[in-house]
Amino acid sequence: MLVRAGRFRLYAAVTEGSFRRYATYRMATAAGVFTNTVFGLILAYTYLALWDERPGLGGYDQSQALTYVWLGQALLTVMALMGGGFEGELIERIRTGDIAVDLYRPADLQLWWLAADVGRAAFQLLGRGIVPMVFGALVFDLTLPPDVLGWLAFLVAAVLGVAVSFAIRFLVALSAFWLMDGAGVTQVAMLAGTFFSGMLLPLNVFPGALGEFARALPWSALLQMPADVFLGERSGTALLRTYAFQIGWAVALLAVGRLLQAVATRRVVVQGG
Amino acid sequence: MADDDLSPVREGLRAYRLISAMWIRSLMAYRVSFAMTAFGNFAVTAFDFVAILLMFSQVDRLGGYSLAEIAFLYGASCTAFGLADVALGSMDRLGRRVRDGTLDTLLVRPAPVLAQVAADRFGLHRVGRLAQGTLVLTYALVVLDIDWTPLKVLMVPLMLLCGAGIFAAVFVGGAAFQFVAQDAAEVQNAFTYGGTTLLQYPPTVFAKDLVRGVTFVLPLAFVNWLPALYVLGRPYPLDLPSWTAFTPPLVAAALLALAGVVWRAGLRSYRSTGS
Repeated sequence: MLVRAGRFRLYAAVTEGSFRRYATYRMATAAGVFTNTVFGLILAYTYLALWDERPGLGGYDQSQALTYVWLGQALLTVMALMGGGFEGELIERIRTGDIAVDLYRPADLQLWWLAADVGRAAFQLLGRGIVPMVFGALVFDLTLPPDVLGWLAFLVAAVLGVAVSFAIRFLVALSAFWLMDGAGVTQVAMLAGTFFSGMLLPLNVFPGALGEFARALPWSALLQMPADVFLGERSGTALLRTYAFQIGWAVALLAVGRLLQAVATRRVVVQGG
Repeated sequence: MADDDLSPVREGLRAYRLISAMWIRSLMAYRVSFAMTAFGNFAVTAFDFVAILLMFSQVDRLGGYSLAEIAFLYGASCTAFGLADVALGSMDRLGRRVRDGTLDTLLVRPAPVLAQVAADRFGLHRVGRLAQGTLVLTYALVVLDIDWTPLKVLMVPLMLLCGAGIFAAVFVGGAAFQFVAQDAAEVQNAFTYGGTTLLQYPPTVFAKDLVRGVTFVLPLAFVNWLPALYVLGRPYPLDLPSWTAFTPPLVAAALLALAGVVWRAGLRSYRSTGS
Protein backbone atom coordinates (compact mmCIF):
# COMPACT_ATOMS: atom_id res chain seq x y z
CA MET A 1 0.00 0.00 0.00
CA LEU A 2 2.82 2.37 0.89
CA VAL A 3 4.64 1.51 -2.30
CA ARG A 4 1.51 2.27 -4.24
CA ALA A 5 1.13 5.69 -2.71
CA GLY A 6 4.76 6.37 -3.53
CA ARG A 7 4.19 5.37 -7.13
CA PHE A 8 1.20 7.63 -7.37
CA ARG A 9 3.21 10.54 -5.98
CA LEU A 10 5.93 9.86 -8.54
CA TYR A 11 3.60 10.00 -11.53
CA ALA A 12 1.74 13.00 -10.10
CA ALA A 13 5.10 14.76 -9.88
CA VAL A 14 5.85 13.87 -13.51
CA THR A 15 2.48 15.30 -14.56
CA GLU A 16 3.06 18.48 -12.62
CA GLY A 17 6.58 18.87 -13.98
CA SER A 18 5.35 18.45 -17.53
CA PHE A 19 2.62 21.05 -16.93
CA ARG A 20 5.20 23.52 -15.62
CA ARG A 21 7.55 22.79 -18.47
CA TYR A 22 4.97 23.75 -21.10
CA ALA A 23 3.89 26.72 -19.01
CA THR A 24 7.40 28.16 -19.33
CA TYR A 25 6.96 29.04 -22.99
CA ARG A 26 4.68 32.01 -22.47
CA MET A 27 5.49 33.82 -25.69
CA ALA A 28 5.05 30.65 -27.75
CA THR A 29 1.72 30.00 -26.04
CA ALA A 30 0.50 33.53 -26.77
CA ALA A 31 1.60 33.13 -30.39
CA GLY A 32 -0.24 29.79 -30.57
CA VAL A 33 -3.41 31.34 -29.17
CA PHE A 34 -3.20 34.03 -31.84
CA THR A 35 -2.78 31.44 -34.62
CA ASN A 36 -5.65 29.29 -33.32
CA THR A 37 -7.87 32.37 -33.22
CA VAL A 38 -7.00 33.39 -36.80
CA PHE A 39 -7.64 29.89 -38.11
CA GLY A 40 -10.85 29.65 -36.09
CA LEU A 41 -12.06 32.88 -37.68
CA ILE A 42 -11.29 31.71 -41.23
CA LEU A 43 -12.87 28.28 -40.69
CA ALA A 44 -15.93 29.75 -38.97
CA TYR A 45 -16.79 31.76 -42.08
CA THR A 46 -16.36 28.76 -44.39
CA TYR A 47 -18.63 26.71 -42.12
CA LEU A 48 -21.16 29.57 -42.11
CA ALA A 49 -21.19 29.48 -45.92
CA LEU A 50 -21.58 25.71 -45.89
CA TRP A 51 -24.42 25.71 -43.37
CA ASP A 52 -26.07 28.65 -45.18
CA GLU A 53 -26.28 26.40 -48.22
CA ARG A 54 -27.37 23.29 -46.28
CA PRO A 55 -29.03 24.17 -42.95
CA GLY A 56 -28.98 21.25 -40.52
CA LEU A 57 -26.10 19.52 -42.31
CA GLY A 58 -24.79 16.57 -40.29
CA GLY A 59 -27.51 17.17 -37.68
CA TYR A 60 -25.94 20.47 -36.56
CA ASP A 61 -27.59 23.84 -36.70
CA GLN A 62 -25.46 26.84 -37.63
CA SER A 63 -24.59 27.73 -34.06
CA GLN A 64 -23.49 24.16 -33.34
CA ALA A 65 -21.35 24.09 -36.49
CA LEU A 66 -19.61 27.32 -35.42
CA THR A 67 -19.07 25.94 -31.93
CA TYR A 68 -17.51 22.86 -33.53
CA VAL A 69 -14.94 25.07 -35.29
CA TRP A 70 -13.82 26.72 -32.06
CA LEU A 71 -13.77 23.41 -30.18
CA GLY A 72 -11.47 22.10 -32.91
CA GLN A 73 -9.08 25.02 -32.37
CA ALA A 74 -9.29 24.61 -28.59
CA LEU A 75 -8.58 20.86 -28.68
CA LEU A 76 -6.03 20.88 -31.54
CA THR A 77 -2.98 20.98 -29.29
CA VAL A 78 -4.66 19.27 -26.33
CA MET A 79 -5.15 16.15 -28.45
CA ALA A 80 -1.86 16.80 -30.34
CA LEU A 81 -3.81 16.22 -33.55
CA MET A 82 -0.98 17.55 -35.68
CA GLY A 83 1.78 16.10 -33.54
CA GLY A 84 3.85 18.12 -31.10
CA GLY A 85 3.40 15.88 -28.08
CA PHE A 86 5.95 13.68 -26.35
CA GLU A 87 6.43 11.27 -29.26
CA GLY A 88 9.25 13.20 -30.93
CA GLU A 89 11.24 13.14 -27.71
CA LEU A 90 10.64 9.45 -27.09
CA ILE A 91 11.60 8.58 -30.69
CA GLU A 92 14.81 10.54 -30.25
CA ARG A 93 15.62 8.62 -27.05
CA ILE A 94 14.99 5.31 -28.81
CA ARG A 95 17.14 6.35 -31.78
CA THR A 96 20.08 7.45 -29.66
CA GLY A 97 19.83 4.53 -27.24
CA ASP A 98 19.10 6.75 -24.22
CA ILE A 99 15.98 4.63 -23.85
CA ALA A 100 18.14 1.98 -22.16
CA VAL A 101 18.59 4.37 -19.21
CA ASP A 102 14.81 4.90 -19.01
CA LEU A 103 14.21 1.17 -18.91
CA TYR A 104 16.51 0.76 -15.91
CA ARG A 105 14.54 3.31 -13.94
CA PRO A 106 12.15 1.99 -11.30
CA ALA A 107 9.23 3.47 -13.22
CA ASP A 108 7.07 2.10 -15.97
CA LEU A 109 7.84 3.54 -19.41
CA GLN A 110 4.24 3.79 -20.58
CA LEU A 111 2.90 5.21 -17.31
CA TRP A 112 5.77 7.70 -17.12
CA TRP A 113 5.04 9.16 -20.55
CA LEU A 114 1.28 9.02 -19.97
CA ALA A 115 1.75 11.07 -16.81
CA ALA A 116 3.88 13.57 -18.74
CA ASP A 117 1.36 13.76 -21.58
CA VAL A 118 -1.52 14.39 -19.18
CA GLY A 119 0.42 17.36 -17.78
CA ARG A 120 1.04 18.67 -21.29
CA ALA A 121 -2.62 18.25 -22.31
CA ALA A 122 -3.84 19.98 -19.13
CA PHE A 123 -1.64 22.97 -19.85
CA GLN A 124 -2.67 23.16 -23.50
CA LEU A 125 -6.34 23.09 -22.52
CA LEU A 126 -5.89 26.01 -20.11
CA GLY A 127 -3.21 27.88 -22.04
CA ARG A 128 -4.36 27.48 -25.61
CA GLY A 129 -7.95 26.27 -25.39
CA ILE A 130 -9.79 28.89 -23.39
CA VAL A 131 -8.84 32.16 -25.06
CA PRO A 132 -9.78 31.19 -28.66
CA MET A 133 -13.02 29.72 -27.33
CA VAL A 134 -13.88 32.94 -25.48
CA PHE A 135 -13.04 34.96 -28.59
CA GLY A 136 -15.27 32.69 -30.67
CA ALA A 137 -18.11 33.04 -28.16
CA LEU A 138 -17.82 36.85 -28.27
CA VAL A 139 -17.84 37.11 -32.08
CA PHE A 140 -20.28 34.31 -32.95
CA ASP A 141 -23.41 32.82 -31.46
CA LEU A 142 -22.08 29.59 -29.95
CA THR A 143 -23.87 26.67 -28.33
CA LEU A 144 -22.50 26.13 -24.81
CA PRO A 145 -23.42 23.37 -22.36
CA PRO A 146 -26.51 24.53 -20.44
CA ASP A 147 -25.33 23.52 -16.96
CA VAL A 148 -22.42 22.30 -14.86
CA LEU A 149 -23.27 18.68 -15.64
CA GLY A 150 -22.91 19.41 -19.36
CA TRP A 151 -19.44 20.88 -18.80
CA LEU A 152 -18.49 17.90 -16.64
CA ALA A 153 -19.70 15.43 -19.26
CA PHE A 154 -17.52 17.23 -21.81
CA LEU A 155 -14.52 17.24 -19.50
CA VAL A 156 -14.79 13.46 -19.03
CA ALA A 157 -15.00 12.96 -22.81
CA ALA A 158 -11.97 15.22 -23.27
CA VAL A 159 -9.92 13.31 -20.68
CA LEU A 160 -10.82 10.00 -22.34
CA GLY A 161 -9.86 11.58 -25.67
CA VAL A 162 -6.44 12.45 -24.29
CA ALA A 163 -6.02 8.82 -23.20
CA VAL A 164 -6.80 7.55 -26.71
CA SER A 165 -4.56 10.22 -28.25
CA PHE A 166 -1.71 9.20 -25.96
CA ALA A 167 -2.22 5.49 -26.71
CA ILE A 168 -1.99 6.15 -30.47
CA ARG A 169 1.13 8.31 -30.18
CA PHE A 170 2.82 5.84 -27.84
CA LEU A 171 2.46 3.20 -30.56
CA VAL A 172 3.82 5.67 -33.11
CA ALA A 173 6.85 6.29 -30.92
CA LEU A 174 7.49 2.60 -30.21
CA SER A 175 7.63 1.92 -33.95
CA ALA A 176 11.04 3.61 -33.81
CA PHE A 177 12.40 0.46 -32.11
CA TRP A 178 11.95 -1.31 -35.44
CA LEU A 179 12.24 1.53 -37.95
CA MET A 180 14.93 3.59 -36.18
CA ASP A 181 13.51 6.69 -37.89
CA GLY A 182 10.09 7.81 -36.80
CA ALA A 183 9.57 10.56 -39.37
CA GLY A 184 7.43 8.53 -41.77
CA VAL A 185 5.15 7.01 -39.13
CA THR A 186 4.81 10.36 -37.35
CA GLN A 187 3.69 11.99 -40.57
CA VAL A 188 1.17 9.26 -41.39
CA ALA A 189 -0.18 9.50 -37.85
CA MET A 190 -0.50 13.28 -38.23
CA LEU A 191 -2.42 12.88 -41.49
CA ALA A 192 -4.76 10.32 -39.99
CA GLY A 193 -5.11 12.47 -36.89
CA THR A 194 -6.24 15.60 -38.73
CA PHE A 195 -8.46 13.79 -41.21
CA PHE A 196 -10.17 11.09 -39.12
CA SER A 197 -10.56 13.12 -35.93
CA GLY A 198 -12.90 15.51 -37.73
CA MET A 199 -10.46 18.43 -37.63
CA LEU A 200 -10.93 19.27 -41.32
CA LEU A 201 -14.68 18.72 -41.34
CA PRO A 202 -17.04 17.14 -38.78
CA LEU A 203 -17.20 13.38 -39.35
CA ASN A 204 -21.00 13.48 -39.48
CA VAL A 205 -20.68 15.55 -42.66
CA PHE A 206 -18.59 12.84 -44.35
CA PRO A 207 -20.78 11.06 -46.90
CA GLY A 208 -22.05 7.48 -46.53
CA ALA A 209 -19.67 4.63 -45.87
CA LEU A 210 -16.67 6.93 -45.48
CA GLY A 211 -18.49 8.59 -42.60
CA GLU A 212 -19.36 5.27 -40.95
CA PHE A 213 -15.78 4.11 -41.33
CA ALA A 214 -14.31 7.35 -39.95
CA ARG A 215 -16.64 7.34 -36.95
CA ALA A 216 -15.57 3.78 -36.02
CA LEU A 217 -11.84 4.62 -35.92
CA PRO A 218 -10.10 5.63 -32.68
CA TRP A 219 -9.40 9.17 -33.90
CA SER A 220 -13.10 10.03 -33.67
CA ALA A 221 -12.65 9.79 -29.88
CA LEU A 222 -10.29 12.79 -29.99
CA LEU A 223 -12.45 15.57 -31.40
CA GLN A 224 -15.77 14.44 -32.87
CA MET A 225 -16.99 12.74 -29.69
CA PRO A 226 -15.96 15.37 -27.14
CA ALA A 227 -17.48 17.96 -29.49
CA ASP A 228 -20.77 16.06 -29.73
CA VAL A 229 -20.89 15.79 -25.93
CA PHE A 230 -20.17 19.53 -25.66
CA LEU A 231 -22.93 20.31 -28.17
CA GLY A 232 -25.46 18.25 -26.21
CA GLU A 233 -25.83 15.71 -29.02
CA ARG A 234 -25.19 12.81 -26.65
CA SER A 235 -27.12 12.36 -23.45
CA GLY A 236 -28.38 9.47 -21.33
CA THR A 237 -27.45 6.09 -22.79
CA ALA A 238 -25.89 7.72 -25.88
CA LEU A 239 -23.45 9.48 -23.55
CA LEU A 240 -22.59 6.19 -21.87
CA ARG A 241 -22.09 4.56 -25.29
CA THR A 242 -19.74 7.39 -26.25
CA TYR A 243 -17.68 6.90 -23.10
CA ALA A 244 -17.66 3.13 -23.68
CA PHE A 245 -16.36 3.66 -27.22
CA GLN A 246 -13.57 5.94 -25.95
CA ILE A 247 -12.65 3.64 -23.06
CA GLY A 248 -12.71 0.63 -25.39
CA TRP A 249 -10.22 2.16 -27.81
CA ALA A 250 -8.06 3.53 -24.99
CA VAL A 251 -7.81 0.16 -23.26
CA ALA A 252 -7.22 -1.76 -26.50
CA LEU A 253 -4.51 0.60 -27.76
CA LEU A 254 -2.83 0.91 -24.36
CA ALA A 255 -2.75 -2.90 -24.13
CA VAL A 256 -1.10 -3.16 -27.56
CA GLY A 257 1.37 -0.51 -26.44
CA ARG A 258 2.14 -2.55 -23.33
CA LEU A 259 2.72 -5.66 -25.43
CA LEU A 260 4.98 -3.85 -27.89
CA GLN A 261 6.85 -2.27 -25.00
CA ALA A 262 7.60 -5.73 -23.60
CA VAL A 263 8.79 -7.01 -26.96
CA ALA A 264 10.84 -3.88 -27.61
CA THR A 265 12.46 -4.04 -24.17
CA ARG A 266 13.75 -7.50 -24.97
CA ARG A 267 15.13 -6.16 -28.24
CA VAL A 268 17.09 -3.49 -26.41
CA VAL A 269 18.66 -6.10 -24.18
CA VAL A 270 19.61 -8.14 -27.24
CA GLN A 271 21.07 -5.09 -28.96
CA GLY A 272 22.97 -4.06 -25.87
CA GLY A 273 24.70 -7.44 -25.89
CA MET B 1 27.14 53.21 -60.13
CA ALA B 2 24.19 51.02 -61.08
CA ASP B 3 26.55 48.11 -60.84
CA ASP B 4 27.40 49.01 -57.25
CA ASP B 5 23.73 49.22 -56.33
CA LEU B 6 23.07 45.75 -57.60
CA SER B 7 26.11 43.97 -56.26
CA PRO B 8 24.70 43.20 -52.79
CA VAL B 9 21.65 41.65 -54.46
CA ARG B 10 23.82 39.60 -56.77
CA GLU B 11 25.99 38.55 -53.86
CA GLY B 12 22.90 37.56 -51.89
CA LEU B 13 21.53 35.47 -54.72
CA ARG B 14 24.92 33.79 -55.13
CA ALA B 15 25.09 32.94 -51.42
CA TYR B 16 21.50 31.70 -51.54
CA ARG B 17 22.29 29.48 -54.53
CA LEU B 18 25.39 28.00 -52.93
CA ILE B 19 23.83 27.30 -49.55
CA SER B 20 20.63 25.85 -50.99
CA ALA B 21 22.65 23.65 -53.37
CA MET B 22 24.53 22.35 -50.36
CA TRP B 23 21.29 21.46 -48.56
CA ILE B 24 19.89 19.80 -51.67
CA ARG B 25 23.04 17.65 -51.88
CA SER B 26 22.68 16.66 -48.24
CA LEU B 27 18.98 15.86 -48.74
CA MET B 28 19.76 13.76 -51.79
CA ALA B 29 22.11 11.62 -49.74
CA TYR B 30 18.94 10.01 -48.37
CA ARG B 31 16.79 9.74 -51.47
CA VAL B 32 14.08 7.53 -50.02
CA SER B 33 13.68 9.83 -47.05
CA PHE B 34 13.50 12.82 -49.41
CA ALA B 35 10.83 11.17 -51.55
CA MET B 36 8.84 10.29 -48.44
CA THR B 37 8.92 13.78 -46.95
CA ALA B 38 8.08 15.34 -50.33
CA PHE B 39 5.13 12.99 -50.67
CA GLY B 40 4.14 13.70 -47.08
CA ASN B 41 4.14 17.42 -47.85
CA PHE B 42 1.97 16.72 -50.85
CA ALA B 43 -0.46 14.61 -48.83
CA VAL B 44 -0.73 17.04 -45.90
CA THR B 45 -1.79 19.88 -48.15
CA ALA B 46 -3.92 17.64 -50.38
CA PHE B 47 -6.21 17.00 -47.42
CA ASP B 48 -7.19 20.66 -47.50
CA PHE B 49 -8.60 20.12 -50.96
CA VAL B 50 -10.16 16.82 -49.93
CA ALA B 51 -12.05 18.79 -47.26
CA ILE B 52 -13.37 21.10 -49.99
CA LEU B 53 -14.36 18.08 -52.10
CA LEU B 54 -16.21 16.64 -49.09
CA MET B 55 -18.04 19.94 -48.67
CA PHE B 56 -19.08 19.78 -52.31
CA SER B 57 -20.37 16.25 -51.81
CA GLN B 58 -23.09 18.00 -49.75
CA VAL B 59 -23.59 21.27 -51.66
CA ASP B 60 -23.33 22.55 -55.23
CA ARG B 61 -22.12 26.03 -54.35
CA LEU B 62 -20.19 27.68 -51.57
CA GLY B 63 -20.51 31.43 -51.17
CA GLY B 64 -22.10 31.41 -54.63
CA TYR B 65 -19.07 29.75 -56.25
CA SER B 66 -18.87 26.38 -57.99
CA LEU B 67 -16.28 23.70 -57.20
CA ALA B 68 -14.27 24.50 -60.35
CA GLU B 69 -14.14 28.20 -59.46
CA ILE B 70 -13.03 27.47 -55.90
CA ALA B 71 -10.45 25.01 -57.26
CA PHE B 72 -9.10 27.90 -59.37
CA LEU B 73 -8.79 30.16 -56.32
CA TYR B 74 -7.35 27.29 -54.29
CA GLY B 75 -4.83 26.30 -56.95
CA ALA B 76 -3.66 29.88 -57.45
CA SER B 77 -3.26 30.54 -53.72
CA CYS B 78 -1.57 27.22 -53.06
CA THR B 79 0.84 27.49 -56.00
CA ALA B 80 1.85 31.07 -55.20
CA PHE B 81 2.35 30.13 -51.56
CA GLY B 82 4.21 26.98 -52.57
CA LEU B 83 6.69 29.01 -54.64
CA ALA B 84 7.37 31.35 -51.71
CA ASP B 85 7.53 28.41 -49.31
CA VAL B 86 10.15 26.56 -51.36
CA ALA B 87 12.26 29.73 -51.59
CA LEU B 88 11.80 31.12 -48.07
CA GLY B 89 10.04 28.49 -45.98
CA SER B 90 13.02 28.23 -43.63
CA MET B 91 12.60 31.81 -42.45
CA ASP B 92 10.51 30.74 -39.47
CA ARG B 93 13.60 29.09 -37.98
CA LEU B 94 15.02 32.52 -37.33
CA GLY B 95 13.44 32.77 -33.88
CA ARG B 96 15.24 29.61 -32.80
CA ARG B 97 18.56 30.96 -34.12
CA VAL B 98 18.06 34.19 -32.20
CA ARG B 99 17.25 32.19 -29.05
CA ASP B 100 20.16 29.80 -29.15
CA GLY B 101 22.61 32.38 -30.44
CA THR B 102 23.57 30.55 -33.65
CA LEU B 103 22.53 33.63 -35.62
CA ASP B 104 25.93 35.04 -34.68
CA THR B 105 27.59 32.48 -36.93
CA LEU B 106 25.67 33.88 -39.87
CA LEU B 107 26.56 37.46 -39.00
CA VAL B 108 30.31 36.91 -39.25
CA ARG B 109 30.12 35.17 -42.61
CA PRO B 110 30.86 37.34 -45.66
CA ALA B 111 27.41 36.92 -47.19
CA PRO B 112 24.09 38.75 -46.71
CA VAL B 113 22.30 37.44 -43.61
CA LEU B 114 18.90 37.37 -45.31
CA ALA B 115 20.21 35.06 -48.03
CA GLN B 116 21.79 32.80 -45.42
CA VAL B 117 18.67 32.59 -43.27
CA ALA B 118 16.46 31.99 -46.32
CA ALA B 119 18.65 29.19 -47.65
CA ASP B 120 19.24 27.66 -44.22
CA ARG B 121 18.09 24.02 -44.34
CA PHE B 122 16.71 24.66 -47.80
CA GLY B 123 13.76 22.28 -47.96
CA LEU B 124 13.36 20.96 -51.47
CA HIS B 125 10.75 18.52 -50.13
CA ARG B 126 8.45 21.55 -49.98
CA VAL B 127 7.88 21.03 -53.70
CA GLY B 128 5.21 18.58 -52.46
CA ARG B 129 2.95 21.51 -51.57
CA LEU B 130 3.78 23.29 -54.82
CA ALA B 131 2.95 20.16 -56.81
CA GLN B 132 -0.40 19.86 -55.06
CA GLY B 133 -1.32 23.48 -55.84
CA THR B 134 -0.26 23.14 -59.47
CA LEU B 135 -2.32 19.98 -59.84
CA VAL B 136 -5.50 21.59 -58.50
CA LEU B 137 -4.89 24.70 -60.63
CA THR B 138 -4.47 22.54 -63.74
CA TYR B 139 -7.68 20.68 -62.91
CA ALA B 140 -9.51 24.01 -62.56
CA LEU B 141 -8.15 25.34 -65.85
CA VAL B 142 -9.26 22.19 -67.65
CA VAL B 143 -12.76 22.12 -66.15
CA LEU B 144 -13.56 25.85 -66.13
CA ASP B 145 -15.42 27.33 -69.04
CA ILE B 146 -13.58 30.64 -69.43
CA ASP B 147 -13.86 33.11 -72.28
CA TRP B 148 -10.11 33.39 -72.77
CA THR B 149 -8.58 36.67 -73.96
CA PRO B 150 -4.81 37.33 -74.27
CA LEU B 151 -5.04 39.48 -71.15
CA LYS B 152 -6.68 36.70 -69.14
CA VAL B 153 -4.10 34.17 -70.34
CA LEU B 154 -1.31 36.50 -69.26
CA MET B 155 -3.01 37.08 -65.93
CA VAL B 156 -2.57 33.46 -64.78
CA PRO B 157 1.28 33.27 -64.65
CA LEU B 158 1.43 36.92 -63.52
CA MET B 159 -0.90 36.15 -60.62
CA LEU B 160 1.26 33.24 -59.49
CA LEU B 161 4.50 35.23 -59.62
CA CYS B 162 3.12 38.31 -57.89
CA GLY B 163 1.35 36.11 -55.35
CA ALA B 164 4.64 34.39 -54.58
CA GLY B 165 6.23 37.84 -54.20
CA ILE B 166 3.53 38.96 -51.75
CA PHE B 167 3.88 35.77 -49.69
CA ALA B 168 7.69 36.15 -49.81
CA ALA B 169 7.31 39.62 -48.29
CA VAL B 170 5.11 38.16 -45.54
CA PHE B 171 7.75 35.50 -44.82
CA VAL B 172 10.54 38.11 -44.56
CA GLY B 173 8.40 40.51 -42.53
CA GLY B 174 7.41 37.69 -40.18
CA ALA B 175 11.03 36.70 -39.72
CA ALA B 176 11.94 40.31 -38.93
CA PHE B 177 9.25 40.27 -36.24
CA GLN B 178 11.03 37.32 -34.63
CA PHE B 179 14.06 39.47 -33.89
CA VAL B 180 11.75 41.16 -31.38
CA ALA B 181 9.58 38.21 -30.31
CA GLN B 182 11.91 35.26 -30.48
CA ASP B 183 9.43 32.63 -29.47
CA ALA B 184 6.59 33.59 -31.76
CA ALA B 185 7.07 31.56 -34.94
CA GLU B 186 3.39 30.68 -34.78
CA VAL B 187 2.34 34.28 -35.31
CA GLN B 188 4.04 34.03 -38.66
CA ASN B 189 2.11 30.82 -39.37
CA ALA B 190 -1.15 32.67 -38.83
CA PHE B 191 -0.30 35.02 -41.69
CA THR B 192 1.41 32.55 -44.03
CA TYR B 193 -0.58 29.32 -43.63
CA GLY B 194 -3.64 31.24 -42.45
CA GLY B 195 -3.34 33.60 -45.42
CA THR B 196 -3.20 30.85 -47.99
CA THR B 197 -6.14 29.04 -46.34
CA LEU B 198 -8.23 32.22 -46.40
CA LEU B 199 -7.51 32.81 -50.10
CA GLN B 200 -8.60 29.28 -51.00
CA TYR B 201 -12.20 30.39 -50.51
CA PRO B 202 -14.02 33.17 -52.37
CA PRO B 203 -14.24 36.60 -50.68
CA THR B 204 -18.06 36.30 -50.58
CA VAL B 205 -17.63 33.76 -47.77
CA PHE B 206 -16.03 36.22 -45.36
CA ALA B 207 -17.28 39.20 -43.39
CA LYS B 208 -16.70 42.60 -45.04
CA ASP B 209 -14.31 43.77 -42.33
CA LEU B 210 -12.11 40.72 -42.74
CA VAL B 211 -12.02 41.26 -46.53
CA ARG B 212 -11.18 44.94 -45.92
CA GLY B 213 -8.35 43.87 -43.64
CA VAL B 214 -6.74 41.56 -46.18
CA THR B 215 -7.18 44.14 -48.94
CA PHE B 216 -6.01 47.37 -47.35
CA VAL B 217 -4.01 46.38 -44.26
CA LEU B 218 -2.22 43.16 -45.22
CA PRO B 219 -2.98 43.12 -48.96
CA LEU B 220 -3.29 39.36 -49.43
CA ALA B 221 -6.34 39.90 -51.65
CA PHE B 222 -3.93 40.80 -54.45
CA VAL B 223 -2.40 37.29 -54.39
CA ASN B 224 -5.36 35.68 -56.14
CA TRP B 225 -8.76 37.19 -55.35
CA LEU B 226 -8.54 40.28 -57.57
CA PRO B 227 -6.64 38.77 -60.52
CA ALA B 228 -8.52 35.45 -60.37
CA LEU B 229 -11.93 37.10 -60.20
CA TYR B 230 -10.95 39.09 -63.30
CA VAL B 231 -10.18 35.81 -65.12
CA LEU B 232 -13.43 34.25 -63.86
CA GLY B 233 -15.41 37.37 -64.80
CA ARG B 234 -16.78 37.71 -61.27
CA PRO B 235 -17.44 40.95 -59.36
CA TYR B 236 -14.59 42.12 -57.13
CA PRO B 237 -14.95 42.31 -53.38
CA LEU B 238 -15.79 45.70 -51.78
CA ASP B 239 -16.87 47.05 -55.21
CA LEU B 240 -13.27 47.76 -56.11
CA PRO B 241 -12.74 49.29 -59.58
CA SER B 242 -11.84 46.91 -62.40
CA TRP B 243 -8.29 48.19 -62.86
CA THR B 244 -7.32 46.89 -59.41
CA ALA B 245 -7.02 43.42 -60.97
CA PHE B 246 -3.84 44.66 -62.67
CA THR B 247 -2.16 46.08 -59.58
CA PRO B 248 -0.62 42.92 -58.06
CA PRO B 249 2.86 43.64 -59.54
CA LEU B 250 2.87 47.06 -57.86
CA VAL B 251 1.56 45.67 -54.58
CA ALA B 252 4.13 42.87 -54.62
CA ALA B 253 6.99 45.28 -55.36
CA ALA B 254 5.89 47.70 -52.64
CA LEU B 255 5.47 44.92 -50.07
CA LEU B 256 8.86 43.42 -50.88
CA ALA B 257 10.51 46.83 -50.51
CA LEU B 258 8.73 47.33 -47.18
CA ALA B 259 9.75 43.85 -46.02
CA GLY B 260 13.37 44.73 -46.87
CA VAL B 261 13.19 47.86 -44.71
CA VAL B 262 11.59 45.96 -41.82
CA TRP B 263 14.17 43.21 -42.12
CA ARG B 264 17.05 45.69 -41.90
CA ALA B 265 15.46 47.36 -38.88
CA GLY B 266 15.01 43.96 -37.23
CA LEU B 267 18.59 42.95 -37.92
CA ARG B 268 19.89 46.25 -36.52
CA SER B 269 17.91 45.73 -33.32
CA TYR B 270 19.48 42.29 -32.83
CA ARG B 271 21.52 41.90 -29.67
CA SER B 272 23.29 38.60 -29.34
CA THR B 273 22.27 36.34 -26.46
CA GLY B 274 25.58 36.81 -24.68
CA SER B 275 25.64 40.56 -24.16
